[in-house]
Amino acid sequence: MSFLDIRGLSVRLKKGPALLRRVSLQVQAAEVRGLVGESGAGKSMIGKAVLGILPPSVEVSEGEIFLDGVDLLRMAPSERRRKIGAVAALIPQDPLTALNPSHRIGPQITDRLVDILGWTRARAEARALELLAEVQIPDPARVMRSYPHELSGGMRQRILIASAFAAEPKLIVADEPTTALDVTVQKQILRLIAGMQARHGTALLFVTHDLGVVSKVCQKLSVLYSGLVVEDTSVAEFFTAPRHPYSAALLAATPKYTDPLAGLNPVPDAVIDAVRAEVAAFDRMRHG
Amino acid sequence: MADIYTIENLRLSLANMTERRFFGATPQLEILKGLDFSIPRGAVVGIVGGSGSGKSTLGRALVRLLEPSGGAIRFDGVDITHLSEAELRPLRRRFQMIFQDPMSSLNPRHRVGTIIAEPLRLHGFDAIPARVARALDNVGLPQAFASRYPHELSGGQRQRVGIARAIALEPDFILADEIVSGLDVSSQAQVLNLLERLVADLGLTLAFISHDLSVIRRLCSRVIVLHHGRIVENRETGALFAAPEAAYTRELLDAIPLPDPAQAWA
Repeated sequence: MSFLDIRGLSVRLKKGPALLRRVSLQVQAAEVRGLVGESGAGKSMIGKAVLGILPPSVEVSEGEIFLDGVDLLRMAPSERRRKIGAVAALIPQDPLTALNPSHRIGPQITDRLVDILGWTRARAEARALELLAEVQIPDPARVMRSYPHELSGGMRQRILIASAFAAEPKLIVADEPTTALDVTVQKQILRLIAGMQARHGTALLFVTHDLGVVSKVCQKLSVLYSGLVVEDTSVAEFFTAPRHPYSAALLAATPKYTDPLAGLNPVPDAVIDAVRAEVAAFDRMRHG
Repeated sequence: MADIYTIENLRLSLANMTERRFFGATPQLEILKGLDFSIPRGAVVGIVGGSGSGKSTLGRALVRLLEPSGGAIRFDGVDITHLSEAELRPLRRRFQMIFQDPMSSLNPRHRVGTIIAEPLRLHGFDAIPARVARALDNVGLPQAFASRYPHELSGGQRQRVGIARAIALEPDFILADEIVSGLDVSSQAQVLNLLERLVADLGLTLAFISHDLSVIRRLCSRVIVLHHGRIVENRETGALFAAPEAAYTRELLDAIPLPDPAQAWA
């Protein structure tokens, strides 16, 4: 069985419209799967469902999320939290809001290990120092005592990566981890994440809107439109022969500095109409 | 072709807020360190650089939202470097700005029609309803949108309203600061196509600030690359992308992940 196996997951606003429509996808151990789509397509929502951090306004209406062989949605909340905390972690988008500005870096990495996983303070601190060194932070001991505002955006993102890997999770959800960074810093951070992922054999669910980033870090890919997976494919296949017209249209809308003619075409209305019709047909089938 | 902007040895310093002191003057931080360039009428100039390179500060100096601390900015022959707010007012109609985030640059309590009409009224235009209608038409929004509020629109539509507000004044020059960076690729392509058409139809001169060289390549005829407040390269787009001269331009290009698994990117 895949390490993460999502089967027919539907999520909706409480008494409101559907946000995810019977999403199924698998992530094997040590594999990187990208989740792409336009804003509002539900890509972050999948990551949140897996980590059990869906906003209170949202509920799971059907489906299964098997993480490490157990169905998270059939577990008691406390048991579920413990399971997720033991095997999964998050690299968030914005390192400035993800770190508490009034606490030093050290405890922000170690508290989770001590409080949730029951490590001793000394073991957690040793591990944090080791990980900060692995993400190439100079003078880790000093950084442990620093406050977030004393560090650059790239440094802060490195700290969150170190923190995500600290408890050796089997799965990491990375939610647009480089969107707030400059391209030159983005390159360093993506290489860092890819290197750590390969070294630690971690499965990665990588949420991004950037097809360039997908082509560099992912092996598999799910393309979402309005909460519906319209294509589930390998990265090699997606970029050479996308099967769904919407996937092809997204690629054609993406500009490339190597090609002055790329990025001229918005997703055509006919393609939008067709994919909306797919969504509508799905909803009719569910409620008709 | 005459130049709409001539910039000589432009310097700009701002208070360094991270080193504010209790006593004495706040230390100044030089953001722009002596820039020389010109913008020809009808050109679409891309201004690119990393965060902190000074690209937004340069843009704000061009439309005199900031006052330079040295050098000169000449707009259509007029030295606007140190003009007072009152002296600038008659000129302001002629250089307009489109902002990055349409959600915070459009008044949420005003309808789209009012948002576009407001600057027209300020600058003493007549036939305002007709001008608002023409501006909406120019950016491809239906007339019915005049009575909508910004929150009822998509990101791409909101950005069109920002463009409509700027072009309604029939300016000579528009500064667009990262106006597509918050948009999905499809809306981004639509807005870029729209800008391209407006430049051709209305004879606009455009400065387009972006961190995204792929977008710059798509839209701009010239590119200025900024690094730590200095121009490291200023060339025609095709030439720059064919053979970048500055090491920093090369570094920026090499860092861009192309949507192509075959690209060597190690």
